[in-house]
Amino acid sequence: MQEAVIKRAKELLADGTVNRIVGWKSGEFAYDTTPAVFTSAEEIDAGFIYNDFCAPNLSKYLIKESRKEGKLLVFLKPCDTYSFNQLIKEHRIIRDNVYIIAVPCRGKVDIDTVKATGIKGIIGMESDGETVTVKTLYGDTSIPKSETHGDKCKTCKSKKHVIYDEIIGEDGEVNDDGARFELVEKLEMMTADERYDFWRGELSKCIRCNACRNVCPACSCENCVFDNPDSGIAQRAATDSFEENMFHLIRSFHVAGRCTDCGECTRVCPQNIPLHLINRKYIKDINEFYGDYQAGSDLETRAPLNAYTFDDCEPNIVYKRGGNE
Amino acid sequence: MQVNENKEFRPKIVAFCCNWCSYAGADLAGTNRLNYPVDVKIIRVPCSCRVNPMFILRAFQRGADGVIMCGCHPGDCHYTSGNYFARRRMTLLFSMLDFMGIERERTRVEWVSAAEGAKFAATMNEFVETVTKLGENKRLEDLRCKKQ
Repeated sequence: MQEAVIKRAKELLADGTVNRIVGWKSGEFAYDTTPAVFTSAEEIDAGFIYNDFCAPNLSKYLIKESRKEGKLLVFLKPCDTYSFNQLIKEHRIIRDNVYIIAVPCRGKVDIDTVKATGIKGIIGMESDGETVTVKTLYGDTSIPKSETHGDKCKTCKSKKHVIYDEIIGEDGEVNDDGARFELVEKLEMMTADERYDFWRGELSKCIRCNACRNVCPACSCENCVFDNPDSGIAQRAATDSFEENMFHLIRSFHVAGRCTDCGECTRVCPQNIPLHLINRKYIKDINEFYGDYQAGSDLETRAPLNAYTFDDCEPNIVYKRGGNE
Repeated sequence: MQVNENKEFRPKIVAFCCNWCSYAGADLAGTNRLNYPVDVKIIRVPCSCRVNPMFILRAFQRGADGVIMCGCHPGDCHYTSGNYFARRRMTLLFSMLDFMGIERERTRVEWVSAAEGAKFAATMNEFVETVTKLGENKRLEDLRCKKQ
């Protein structure tokens, strides 16, 4: 896969279709990939990678990058194309300046999931698409790749690209079996006390690093409420339980109806808070109350919070619904 | 036996009332000499759609034990469609508060027109009673905003 991607990137760069490439390069460790811009064939040879560790969503980088001179080439995984569509819908990306090559994705390796299996002293990792070989200080271990997926990839919503100029490999299918809402449903069935304890346990780990906001493709406001010193929740130090709750409630509410469920918030969270569950709860509610809606799946549909019907359900539906008091 | 009235719990209730209906409804309740608890503090907003979810959270932060939003009946919005948007927004917010384990009875939306003074008083009486039973808001409080 990587060879095919690099070959096509070099061709497009050589014939002048594009003057720069947004892709991934290896970070400090092989499994620790980072988005990067490449402008020459030499740079591509030196660092470009596309493998099972390239989880970062490149769409958000195009907000700034597509405003620069000339056309750029970007590689988008199925998840990323949803974010890309959503950003076009919000007039954040200049479509004409972007040449998209769709690259297939069969789930990405999640380092936190690997660590959770109890493997210690990781110094490197390799994947051949089926098995992941983990190099540790105590020797090599192999685990099947399907066991290294985070919750996001385990319950993948779609392997189909919704927008691209050309595609490498074969397009996949949308997966709408609802498996991604299983954890949300489990929480809904708990009592209010249990839910409160669960979220307090998770959110109290928050260190207010704002990584979830910064990485989120839907969070593209130039002036963010959390940067406003008058908002009361701008400070990062000395947070208390209210502020952690408020930050996550407001952050998720601001992307409700626009969140494509790309799972980047959970991936980047240094404290491993399952933030995508909050977003998925909104998606699930919107699907139930206002009909199925997938943000970013097309360019026409109105976002559910920008629309209404005369016979929407009343807010007290929340009190009447299942689950425990 | 002497009852110390100060120890009795009185909830703090914030009511966001639309200028064009519920706020006038509250007025009507007053001119009709209808009783509703003094615990309800009314904040006038130009439309129920003006209520940002942050307002509600901020009210809880500053010590409210319950928050109620009153707007025009669907179809009667002074700005044609404001309350329809507010309705979707509040449904999702309340559902999320419930998901986080905040008692679901602490938040409410009621549609009260300017002619429904009696409904306003009845709603407030009932809401204050519910919140009094629930007691102090512990789950969504900011200790820094509490009086020591």
